[in-house]
Amino acid sequence: MADVVNLPERDGAAPVDSVVEAHGLSRVYGEGDAAVHALRGVTLGVERAKLTAVMGPSGSGKSTLMHLLAALDQPTEGHVSIAGNRLDDLNDTQITKLRRTHIGFIFQFFNLLPMLTAEENIDLPLTLAGEKPEAAFFDDLLDKVGLQDRRKHRPSELSGGQQQRVAIARALVSRPSVVFADEPTGNLDSRTGGEILDLLRGSVQDYGQTLVMVTHDARAAATADRILFIADGVIVKELHDADEHQVLAAVEEITLR
Amino acid sequence: MIRVALRGLAGRKFRTLLTAIAIVLGVAMMSGAYVLTDTIDKAFDAIFVDSYADTDAVVTGKEAGISFEGESAPPAPIPESVLEQVRGVDGVEVAAGSVQDLQTKLIKPDGESIDTGGAPSFAFGVETAPEYDRFNPLNLVEGRWPKGGREVAIDEAVAEDENLGPGDRIGVAALGPARQYEIVGVAKYGDLSSIGGATFAIFDVPTAQALLDKKGELDAVQVAAEAGVTPDELVRRISAEVGSSVTVQSGTEQATEQSDEVATFTQIIRYFLLTFAGIALFVGAFVIFNTLSITVAQRTREFATLRTVGASRRQVLGSVIVEALVIGLLASVLGLFAGLGLAIGLNKLFVALNLDLPQTDTVFATRTIVVSLLVGTLVTLAAGLSPALRATRVPPIAAVREGAQLPRSALSRHSTKIAVVTVVIAVLALSYALLADAIETGTRFLLLGVGVLALFVGVALLSSRLVVPLARIVGLPARRLGGAAGKLAEGNAMRDPGRTASTAAALMIGIALVTFVGVLAEGLRKSNSDAIEQQIQADLVVTSQDGYTEFPAAVGDAAADLDGTELVSNVRQDVAEIEDKGANLTGLDGSTVTSVYDFRWTDGNDEVLASLGADGAILPDDVAEDKDLAVGDSISVLSTDNKRKDFVVRGIYDGSPFYPLLGTASVSQDAFDALYERPRNRFSLINVPGEPGAAQKSVEKGLESFPDTRVQTRQQWIDKEDEEISQFLLLLYVLLALSVVISLFGMVNTLALSVFERTRELGMLRAVGMTRRQTRRMVRHESVMVALIGAALGLPLGIFLAILVTQALSEYDLQFAIPAGALITFVIVSIIAGIVAAILPARRAARLRVLDALQYE
Repeated sequence: MADVVNLPERDGAAPVDSVVEAHGLSRVYGEGDAAVHALRGVTLGVERAKLTAVMGPSGSGKSTLMHLLAALDQPTEGHVSIAGNRLDDLNDTQITKLRRTHIGFIFQFFNLLPMLTAEENIDLPLTLAGEKPEAAFFDDLLDKVGLQDRRKHRPSELSGGQQQRVAIARALVSRPSVVFADEPTGNLDSRTGGEILDLLRGSVQDYGQTLVMVTHDARAAATADRILFIADGVIVKELHDADEHQVLAAVEEITLR
Repeated sequence: MIRVALRGLAGRKFRTLLTAIAIVLGVAMMSGAYVLTDTIDKAFDAIFVDSYADTDAVVTGKEAGISFEGESAPPAPIPESVLEQVRGVDGVEVAAGSVQDLQTKLIKPDGESIDTGGAPSFAFGVETAPEYDRFNPLNLVEGRWPKGGREVAIDEAVAEDENLGPGDRIGVAALGPARQYEIVGVAKYGDLSSIGGATFAIFDVPTAQALLDKKGELDAVQVAAEAGVTPDELVRRISAEVGSSVTVQSGTEQATEQSDEVATFTQIIRYFLLTFAGIALFVGAFVIFNTLSITVAQRTREFATLRTVGASRRQVLGSVIVEALVIGLLASVLGLFAGLGLAIGLNKLFVALNLDLPQTDTVFATRTIVVSLLVGTLVTLAAGLSPALRATRVPPIAAVREGAQLPRSALSRHSTKIAVVTVVIAVLALSYALLADAIETGTRFLLLGVGVLALFVGVALLSSRLVVPLARIVGLPARRLGGAAGKLAEGNAMRDPGRTASTAAALMIGIALVTFVGVLAEGLRKSNSDAIEQQIQADLVVTSQDGYTEFPAAVGDAAADLDGTELVSNVRQDVAEIEDKGANLTGLDGSTVTSVYDFRWTDGNDEVLASLGADGAILPDDVAEDKDLAVGDSISVLSTDNKRKDFVVRGIYDGSPFYPLLGTASVSQDAFDALYERPRNRFSLINVPGEPGAAQKSVEKGLESFPDTRVQTRQQWIDKEDEEISQFLLLLYVLLALSVVISLFGMVNTLALSVFERTRELGMLRAVGMTRRQTRRMVRHESVMVALIGAALGLPLGIFLAILVTQALSEYDLQFAIPAGALITFVIVSIIAGIVAAILPARRAARLRVLDALQYE
């Protein structure tokens, strides 16, 4: 533990143009002796139109960090802002509205609604908000994820990769301020995983989408503009435009610490 | 969002249907109750409207206006001279007189009288000349109208059932012994398809007058007005002519009055059946609540995902509510139409139990449709509310976290406290409703209903605490005999006590109610036979066929003349007004009655009876207490023949309040006969020299010409009463079986959902060596355990309710007795229910392919 404290201040200090900002986040689960400190004071900013990866071994706190950043959980200490909105100021209804306009999600297990078609799944965030998709953008999106000929299919009729494409389109359809991807390739074979990563990368390049991806896959992390390494609940290292070798080296460095 | 809900349902058609059935059956019962009673109502209406369709005015005798426990005397006849008076009134086109009777039995060729099961057995004396045809609601199907003293026309149903027609002979018994008539015609009432159990015999007026001892008298004069004279004007003119000693009404008034009387009767049947529909819906609500709770829990990730992509709590709430709404509406529509079929079934059931009611074309009223759809849908919605609220508490983070727990609501943290408070309130409400004296009947029933519902809900809430200890007890055989499967089954039953509890609670309600009626019926039977044994000392008892209507006094006289009898004591009875209240007056033969009826005197002795004379009366103690009367006080009696007389109380005896065989007051037979034109017996009590069983045959033979009588030994009489109680109990069981069936569907639902939920676990068990047989056994054992938990909760609850009611009725000497055999049967039925409920889910669980189950996500 002491080693961690001795490391140089590696917090991803707020960049100039950040969509998501976190200050002094800590999260404790349980109480007393059983208390688990999942996060111990993290401050960071997520840069607009960039792909930020969060990496770390199991139990490092990377998932907890994403849950807090994405307004799925409340920090024990510290606070998060998304697109200038302090989350701790918002009630449930306001957070729901925030999700509709500012947040998109991509899950490891896709989380599609089995009774809706691909198209309807993609539409869902807009339908819930009582809006209609912009036809041209919607079409373009379907082209991009390569699902034009699968529009009417149910999730059970799609392969894992196709299901994740639907999920990506669903996350992008409302053009949110930020998309969070939780181990998006974790449940896919490596070839399909690669295609999904290309797609995510493409959304940042083509649409200027801000994207935060939690992963423990070095290849996935290597597609990011910026990689934050987490261990024992703190950010211990940060890389920019790293290739797979650099990422693996960093992982090794952290693990051996 | 609505689309999400609808698609979800469409994707789970079978499960949706299974869930809906819980409500379908309740709604079917409700719609069936309406359809059946509406149809009966319409048939009765048709009878009365047809009867007076072309009648502008009706003249009848004044009604005495005295009634007691549903029995009332028909209006007194009017002198025949009234007919001539009416014919003379200006504006009268045509008038005809008629006589009728409700207790004229038709005798089958084998000598038995036709049992109408409480329905009237009419005799009509009608003018059949063509000019009077308009007053006659009967239509000839075959033959011609009777003419003269030897001819009769009978109703179509009897003709068909007994294979009789013109040219055949049939016996008819009214006041005297049966006489044979020649059938010259067969008739039907209007165009009714059935007049139920009722029968009729048609004569010409003089023949009927002779038969019914109404010489020179008529029961009604029907009048048609000349053109231009309104019915009201006609009524006015006739009233002016005939005076106020008779009643003059327009035909419409008369028809409405009569159909209103019957409407009260069908109303009782309607509410009776609706009560069971209510119980079924209540059980259905439990099943819906349970099924939706489980499916909501299973779809936690789906709701969480919806929240992460921007669904508000309100939208999540809406989606579950829409789901409940659709299930409710679908179930209600199905139930509504199923009710049409059920109405036929209910009628068959009634006919089987000797309650045959008139039928016409099926009436499917708008009210039936609206109420059935509304109630079915609302009940489903109400049951879905709590699961819907639970769905809104699913946190978005559950979308990414395996096995996220729903936060407990503020309410559920206090569930035990709430349950205890509910039970306490329920018991208080029930005790107050049953034991307090000064409450209005309506309030009392409301309190009872609310109390019973609250009790069931409270015990159901509490039962999640009882599941674990109960499962250990009822799981004992499974643990011992079921091996590993049995142990796992017990663990499964205890795994989610809330789920097991609410599944068992649905069955608990049915079991509690059958136990309740079973225990009460047993008490009833015991009280009844004790009351008869205490009172009756006679060797043989003569009653009418149904056991309760009075029969002609001539029967008693005929019995007295028989060789084999030692002593015959007639017990007269009729409705009267005693101290200005409707009551039963009994006439006793003071010189013989003490040998056949055991008076347990509280004031007086057997000597009193011999000296009752013309103005002495005796009272049962409860009546004396009620009316604050003592020996020496005077009571005023008004008979239905409008004769008044004062009597002096000479003695007070223990009246066996549970089943008093003597009336509100008893006077001497002579005094009784002076008050009534046509005295009738309630019993003729007979002592014979030898063995009663042997004498019974000869007495029966001696009374052959009075077919509407039953000669029984005391024990036979008790057995017959027992049988009637059992028959009614059977009806209750059949009606309550519906709610047991509903809870069965609830068990199937829960098990199927549990199997679905444990797919991966089942795969693991199979992978480590569990056979298909063992898998099936595991599910079956769990199911039986749930059923037994339901029985373990329901039996004591039913017994408790029965104790409460027995206490409330203690002043009537109602006894408490446990029918052990019946209760054991209920436990066996529960076990069978458990086994049956497990069939499909167990098969499903056993069919899972190990690999698929392990990979299942």
